[in-house]
Amino acid sequence: MDIQLKRGLLDVCVLAAIKNEDSYGYRIIKDIRPYVEISESTLYPILRRLEAAELLTVRIVEHNGRLRKYYRITPSGVGRIEDFKQEWNEIMQIYRFIIREE
Amino acid sequence: MRKSEFLTALRKGLNGLPQADIDASIEFYSEMIDDRMEDGLTEAEATEMIGPVGQVVSHILMETPLPKLVKAKVSPNRALAAWEIILLILGAPLWLPLLISVVIMALTLYFLIWVIVVLLYLIEVLLAGCALLGISSFPAYLLTGNWPKAGVAIGMGLICAGLAILWFSGSSRAAEGMLTLSKRMIRRIKSCFI
Repeated sequence: MDIQLKRGLLDVCVLAAIKNEDSYGYRIIKDIRPYVEISESTLYPILRRLEAAELLTVRIVEHNGRLRKYYRITPSGVGRIEDFKQEWNEIMQIYRFIIREE
Repeated sequence: MRKSEFLTALRKGLNGLPQADIDASIEFYSEMIDDRMEDGLTEAEATEMIGPVGQVVSHILMETPLPKLVKAKVSPNRALAAWEIILLILGAPLWLPLLISVVIMALTLYFLIWVIVVLLYLIEVLLAGCALLGISSFPAYLLTGNWPKAGVAIGMGLICAGLAILWFSGSSRAAEGMLTLSKRMIRRIKSCFI
């Protein structure tokens, strides 16, 4: 898959993974992996970028005697997913144009 | 590889970046290894699945903003030896102008891309302006009975309008290409420091 396209998709995938409940890095990877290949080194910059853009917030929780970061989606993050759905409708129209019979 | 070895190598690879950035990366990968081990993997399996440290480091550096990266890589992590300082000073007449010209060339190229983009849109605005002017002055000439001028005005107006529409589709595509080019250029410059 085109790198730029995958990059944009992964941002939304990460937001979708924390849409219903807060989640942590490893679980985000496990949730996304069945659909699209993602590694730690891919996820890390995405999380930092989304945090800087205020699409998610981070809180630190103690877990089994160590610290674990939980990510929570912000209203702007939910907005980003909605924007994506809108864009997807347009992409599907283009797709139908591309695959149409001669 | 043990978790501590992995994190030490990671810290070493990121050396020079702001401490807060290094700490954040270490915390992230430490948590990832712990979570994998909690999921049933051994320490060695957990670090192996995360991938080679070199790859992790270059991923982080590629996502680091260029100014931060240059600062991190240009400032040495140790004090310079006396001979290095002398060599730097003696060699300054040679390396300084060279460095300056390379930087100026890169900057000029970068600005050129943007100037072309601005120029394309400027021409678009001019064409659209001419079209508006021609078409809007047409009724005035018509009312005063100045037929030849009315004809010229509407003719020019329509030609400019047509050109503006054509120019717009062409220039937006060209602008897009220029932006991709500038992004690629930044990535290329970045890779020099990684």
